Amino acid sequence: MNEATDLLIIGAGPAGMAAALAAASSGVHIVLLDDNPLPGGQIWRDGPQASLPSAARHLRDQLRNCANVRCHAGTRVIACAADKTLLVEDAERGWQIRYERLILCTGARELLLPFPGWTLPGVTGAGGLQALIKGGLPVRGERLVIAGSGPLLLASAATAKHQGAQVLRIAEQARFGAVAGFAGQLPRWPGKFFQSFSLFDSHYRTNTHVVEALGRERLEGVRLQQQGQTIELACDRLACGFGLIPNTQLGQALGCAVEGQALAVDAWQATTRHDHYAAGECTGFGGSELALVEGAIAGHAAVGNSAAAQQLWLRRARWQGFARALNTAFALDPRLKSLARGDTLVCRCEDVPYGELVGHENWREAKLASRCGMGACQGRVCGAALEHLFGWTPPAPRPPFSPARIETLLELEETPPS
Amino acid sequence: MPEMFLDGRPLSVANGTSVAAALALGADGCSRTSVSGQRRAPLCGMGTCQECRVLIDGRRRLACQTLCLDGMQVQTRP
Repeated sequence: MNEATDLLIIGAGPAGMAAALAAASSGVHIVLLDDNPLPGGQIWRDGPQASLPSAARHLRDQLRNCANVRCHAGTRVIACAADKTLLVEDAERGWQIRYERLILCTGARELLLPFPGWTLPGVTGAGGLQALIKGGLPVRGERLVIAGSGPLLLASAATAKHQGAQVLRIAEQARFGAVAGFAGQLPRWPGKFFQSFSLFDSHYRTNTHVVEALGRERLEGVRLQQQGQTIELACDRLACGFGLIPNTQLGQALGCAVEGQALAVDAWQATTRHDHYAAGECTGFGGSELALVEGAIAGHAAVGNSAAAQQLWLRRARWQGFARALNTAFALDPRLKSLARGDTLVCRCEDVPYGELVGHENWREAKLASRCGMGACQGRVCGAALEHLFGWTPPAPRPPFSPARIETLLELEETPPS
Repeated sequence: MPEMFLDGRPLSVANGTSVAAALALGADGCSRTSVSGQRRAPLCGMGTCQECRVLIDGRRRLACQTLCLDGMQVQTRP
């Protein structure tokens, strides 16, 4: 049951979908793989409480009509089986996929920083809450506090309100000047400018950050530092995310160089490894518009259509400007590095508290002494947090990249597909 | 309308509902018990943090990346 393809694309969000469509016209055989049950990535996640923009539906329909694109949903990459061959797994089986060229569209995850009470049920990521609501999580009548940093807070609040939640506070850690400066630049990207009006909320406060999630068995309230004052709000949910960080693990495992926390790419979206491309948030956070154009460039370039790829460079540059403005405005305040107390868990898989981690020199030493990062998420949450808090470089990813079944690992013994 | 079982109790949900959402629709929203005995619930919502891992028909799966199906048995206290 092994498989071979001309072009393998990992991730079916905006970048992966655009890459597949751009490459499809050349007629090559394409496999598009994603670990979610449906394509769309995070921004276009579908579900019983999701409202997809028409552009997303259109892209999805176009993909469905491409006879040379095969989509594997609910499928994750487990290991590198051989040169240009990956071991993958879905709910039923494991198998190998051999490819000639690869495009990494592995997206980004939220930076989740530890603070007292953050392990209580009722506390989620900011984008995390939005994703859960789209999947059917009921929030009607619930009192919500949304905290952290970046425009995702407003997007998450809008989704929650649409489903009947009461948003008590949107706490943005960045200062008013930074956010206002960013908003002032928005007319350069008119679509974003108008979108910002629809997302605006009177409960939005800058220079405000979470101090503690309160509650015994589950969340009952939240303590905030709001413009110099400590306040407490009783609430049912706290959604807290401190911006996005690129998912580079698979790219790193394949030998692609990382530059400033993101996969390094050239003008063709090519990584430092021949025949391996990357597009979208895994090459740096920039939003869906940038992901779409980067994906299309990667798709064209991967099938040798340089002219079509080059035509998109100007559009990419425009959205790169937006990404730069965004990343400058929402830079994280150093105060956020001191939220955890000695007994605050940092590694949620192995329940390792902050107190057991301070004083170590580096990630490896802390891990050997405490089991930090050795659980199911393999340091994806605490590794990123400790990189932010202590400047520790997270370890190079090792297979299996995700928890896998023994039967899947046994597939490594199989002869790779030719 | 898939009809499933959450820790043995029957639950009917809308088409396309994730198991993570079903945890809150049918019970207290919790997915697992941590190594030190704390109850935990889905955190990242997008398949990264592994907090939402549950047993589904005997296999460990992520609740946030699994859609509810007819007859599905979900366990949060294996």
